[in-house]
Amino acid sequence: MCPHERGHGVNVLAHLSAGAGQPSPPAARSGRHRVLPYLLVLPGAAWLLLFFAVPLVQLAGASLYDPTGSISTGYALSWAFGNYPAAVQAYWPQFGRSFLYAGVALALALLMGYPLAYAIACKAGRWKNLLLVCVIAPMFSSFLVRTLAWKTILSDNGALVGLLRDVHLLGPDGRLLATPIAVVLGLTYNFLPFLALPLYASLERLDRRLLEAASDLYAGPLETFRRVTLPLSRPGLIAGALLFFIPATGDYINAELLGTPNEYLIGNVIDSAFLVRLDHPQGAALSMLLMSVILAVVVVHLRRAGTENVL
Amino acid sequence: MTRETPAGDLTLANLTKTFGRRTAVDDLSLTIPQSSFFALLGASGCGKTTTLRMIAGLETPTSGQVLLGDRDIARLRPYRRPVNTVFQSYALFPHLDVFENVAFGLRRRGIRSVGGQVRQMLSLVQLDGYERRRPAQLSGGEQQRVALARALINHPQVLLLDEPLGALDLTLRRQMQVELKRLQAEVGITFVHVTHDQEEAMTMADTVAVMNAGRIEQLGAPADIYEFPATAFVARFLGQSNLIAGDVTGGSGDDLLVTAQGARFSVPAGRSRTDRGPVFLGVRPEKLHLATAALRVPAGHQHLDGTITDASYLGVSTQYLLRTAGGVELSVFVANSGDQQRFAIGERAVAYWNPRHAFLLGRRAETPDPTAPVAGEPVGVSA
Repeated sequence: MCPHERGHGVNVLAHLSAGAGQPSPPAARSGRHRVLPYLLVLPGAAWLLLFFAVPLVQLAGASLYDPTGSISTGYALSWAFGNYPAAVQAYWPQFGRSFLYAGVALALALLMGYPLAYAIACKAGRWKNLLLVCVIAPMFSSFLVRTLAWKTILSDNGALVGLLRDVHLLGPDGRLLATPIAVVLGLTYNFLPFLALPLYASLERLDRRLLEAASDLYAGPLETFRRVTLPLSRPGLIAGALLFFIPATGDYINAELLGTPNEYLIGNVIDSAFLVRLDHPQGAALSMLLMSVILAVVVVHLRRAGTENVL
Repeated sequence: MTRETPAGDLTLANLTKTFGRRTAVDDLSLTIPQSSFFALLGASGCGKTTTLRMIAGLETPTSGQVLLGDRDIARLRPYRRPVNTVFQSYALFPHLDVFENVAFGLRRRGIRSVGGQVRQMLSLVQLDGYERRRPAQLSGGEQQRVALARALINHPQVLLLDEPLGALDLTLRRQMQVELKRLQAEVGITFVHVTHDQEEAMTMADTVAVMNAGRIEQLGAPADIYEFPATAFVARFLGQSNLIAGDVTGGSGDDLLVTAQGARFSVPAGRSRTDRGPVFLGVRPEKLHLATAALRVPAGHQHLDGTITDASYLGVSTQYLLRTAGGVELSVFVANSGDQQRFAIGERAVAYWNPRHAFLLGRRAETPDPTAPVAGEPVGVSA
């Protein structure tokens, strides 16, 4: 599972915002029309089978290999379920940290992303397209390059740290880089568009006449927002929060470039298990665990949000 | 229930609204008596919806006042006005069920126990048992009634209706027209109804204001406006009119004499909007009758000869087009009462009318005769 596949994220996004509440076309009658949909699904299904389902099964298998094996001596599938508790015992702090950082970053992103999406959708007028381009433009440069740029912004002799020291928000030796703050800021920045864009899409579709109706029915601006705008933007909010939270939880670039091993997340551990320590069973077990926990979080989230529009 | 004291009449005083260089509403002044059913009638773009939105508070007037009693509400935010609107699109909240849509206004004003009132209002609009449905599960007519209930439950001093029946089919529209009129009489709230449908305005309203280009052309009871329109615009917009261009050439007693189509006609001075210069002589199609020859025209009537060019059988009546020698095409409705003679296309006929049914409107000299034949056809004598 690679959390930095930006292309996939955008596809999911378009899918989530476009598919909401649209009626399905009437059932086709003729035989040819009954076969056609399956033919259209075939390339995508084959792709998913080959590059998602098969590797997933392989990963699940690898997580149950005998942990005493190695790449050079070969692995044996010994149904070693003990890999899971062992992995959790060794790396539960990184697990917890991943969800904590992603959660804090999500909260920050919501605080920034909602006003941003609202402003673009409702108040920007003719600047709308330009602002949208501004939100998307960073995507044109590589994820790594953007995170490295943050390294410069947050560096000890940078303007930001200087300013914060001058106003005594940071001590004379205080720093941002290599702190949890830097990692959370990096996560917030890097995944903000994934939150803001679906939110923008649902706010943009919001019928302005409903706001007028609310105002006509004695709702002031705040009440109108609470009773009409917010509930009607909920599908976008939920989709955006998921698109933000899922990759942020699995991320390892931000912790590696902006943090220290003290800030390492579960992604960094998986990365090193596969590529440095060459402990494939453990890496696989951690990957499977991360996936299941995220899936559980998503399911609970959607259940609680109770939105028929998203799933 | 925080019902405010009845505020009295709704008065618009010199109300003006401009959008950039376009003037949507132009120095409009009128008074709508309390508890009346008032219709603003006009073609799209005439400023009627802008006027309504200024009363609702959804637009701020460029200048002028909106007075409720003697209180100027023109600059109050919409949620501070004792005015509610039934929107053209209904604008029901899709995420709320019928009950919550109707309860919305009450809840925003901090009223806790709304159940009784909501159910009472739903039964008034005959939607008992629909409480838990979502707007998307309702038909157009049902949505319209929810929108009405949602506005009425607040007991506004003025209820604004922005073409609320436009999306309904004809049968349902007729039914809702009667319903709305019944409701208005029942609740006694001032209704201001905006519509482009003259029949709807006439059916429902006590008073109709015909708007054109941001101004009121004529204001009055439907029958008065129809029987004696003030301008050529009103005569044409409200029902059909035969307007024959002519000139006032003098008077005789209580009558004015008009020369048109090479003949002289008289119109009672009381049914004339002007007593000199270029005029339109107007007669409604149902006030015209047909005869086979001038000899058969009853005494005291005036007539024009011509040829039948079209006959449309409409069931209750037959609509004839009669082209006069002067090239004017007159529309004539003949009631299908069973003892009327039928005319065939191409047949010679005489259209006649009682002078008391004619009316005289001022005409700018350059205004062409609207009943004149289309280009390419022979044009007779000019007026």
